[in-house]
Amino acid sequence: MSASRGNVKDILFERATALFAGCVLGLTLLLLGLLVHESLPALKKFGFSFLTGTTWDPVAETFGALPFIYGTLVTSTIALLIAVPLSVGAAVFINEFAPPWLKGPVAFLAELLAAIPSVIYGLWGIFVLVPLLRDHLMKPVAKFLGWIPLFKGPVYGPSMLAAGVLLAIMIVPFILSVSREVMATVPQRQKEAVLSLGGTQWEMIRIVVGQHCIPGIFGATILGLGRAIGETMAVTMLIGNRPDILFSIFQPGYSMAAVIANEFTEATGDLYLSALVAIGLVLFLITFVINLAARWILKRLVARASRGIA
Amino acid sequence: MIASIALRRRLADRTMKTLFVLAAILVVLPLFMIFADLLWKGAKELKWSLLTDLPRPVGEPGGGIANGILGTLTISGLAMAVGIPVAVMTGIYLAEYGRGRFASIVRFCVDTLAGVPSIIMGIFGYVLIVLPMKRFSAYAGAAALAMIFIPIVVRTTEEMLKTVPQPVREAALALGIERWKATLHITVRTAWSGIVTGILLAMARIVGETAPLLFTALGNQFWQSRLDGPIAAVPLQVFTYAISPYEDWHDKAWAGAVVLILIVLCISLTARFFTREKKWKP
Repeated sequence: MSASRGNVKDILFERATALFAGCVLGLTLLLLGLLVHESLPALKKFGFSFLTGTTWDPVAETFGALPFIYGTLVTSTIALLIAVPLSVGAAVFINEFAPPWLKGPVAFLAELLAAIPSVIYGLWGIFVLVPLLRDHLMKPVAKFLGWIPLFKGPVYGPSMLAAGVLLAIMIVPFILSVSREVMATVPQRQKEAVLSLGGTQWEMIRIVVGQHCIPGIFGATILGLGRAIGETMAVTMLIGNRPDILFSIFQPGYSMAAVIANEFTEATGDLYLSALVAIGLVLFLITFVINLAARWILKRLVARASRGIA
Repeated sequence: MIASIALRRRLADRTMKTLFVLAAILVVLPLFMIFADLLWKGAKELKWSLLTDLPRPVGEPGGGIANGILGTLTISGLAMAVGIPVAVMTGIYLAEYGRGRFASIVRFCVDTLAGVPSIIMGIFGYVLIVLPMKRFSAYAGAAALAMIFIPIVVRTTEEMLKTVPQPVREAALALGIERWKATLHITVRTAWSGIVTGILLAMARIVGETAPLLFTALGNQFWQSRLDGPIAAVPLQVFTYAISPYEDWHDKAWAGAVVLILIVLCISLTARFFTREKKWKP
């Protein structure tokens, strides 16, 4: 019974599964179509200046998205600067130094971090993290280093820094798990070779793990960036929601996801709504490109590892 | 000279090891802080009435989030009712028949959907359902959540089906079983606990989603009798209470968060139980 001559039921079943697969394809196209269709009025009216405009004034119907793009980039950058060293360090610890009885629990706890709903991160951020950062980090720093533009201005608490720190906590589990997977592909013999030549454990990690894993860690970082850029609730609750471009990270800002979350139900005019959907479209395209890049890097890496070239 | 080089190397070794341990501690620390704060601040309002009563206006003591719990279950249930057949069948297609151009396009779509920020799924629900119906509804919320649910389940279903050894399929076919029967009753059955795990993990994910519900389900202070009207959800209540200026609503937010995390953890632990079970059976 060859596949080409399969009986009717077999063909029907295959067609049925293909039909559902077609649904997924259709839904994706529908999503993209709706986003493009709804954002056309705003994009037509403002053109490219939609991305470069710094004024967001619903009353005057002037919509420029730059403050939100800026806020998104700043918070994500802060998040990566904190999350990458922490998660890579923790990954090295779990893979190389942790006693066997500790490996499981630490990995499990990191997994739990990924399961916490973002609104709970936001709640905790408002009432615990923000006061903590404000009193023990931002106020002292502003007092002594306030002359540096990065730390200028009055300290309120809700700020791009607070949102960035919380984002870092949220993306650590993702970067950690990918880094661990990549580190686990390093052949044991190579590590032993360095140790047998008299290298210390740190030298072993630097030489073998470092060289082998940097592309993978880069891929993991990009993946984390994709997460950070799209995260909504935690940022909305912590960033302060002020549509201005302020250089100091102690000042409030706004992000693309946060402005959609805050203003969508208030968007009275068609153009206002269209501008918000257009921000959604830009967010979609950015995360799409980032995820594509991350997947490409990680896939290439897996292919290289399976060929056994270190 | 030689001694000092050795010393420097040993020092670097020690320093870096300390830093690695420190990183691991810092990674896990927020988790303990979050759980401690949830218990500490949520304990006050954790009463039976939280689970059985409707929300009360500001200033009135008591009240609960019962309508939110029911709403969350309703929206997630609707999303899963639509999502499970679509996702599992797509997973079967990709694993069992999926070769060629169409399959790789579908795979690409699944990967794309999985990376889309959840707030954009909210826009999807709004434009697709709220705009034409001219009202916020449970349907719109469920549509948004289904879009988050489907890609996760398609991926895990495909992966799980691919772990079923080829000889199992061949053995079934060799016995003369029709291919569709062999696929459903033997291949899918073998991978079933893995597929259920994927469904549960995706469920845990959508139960806690807030952003896509902000302007689809919108929230509601009362019991809802219909699915085509605004509906309450626990994450929405946590959010509303958290950003309110009232002290007693803040307490409610913490209590709601405890309920939410308990729901999510129960689902995740059940999922773990399913994967555990698989390990015991060779």
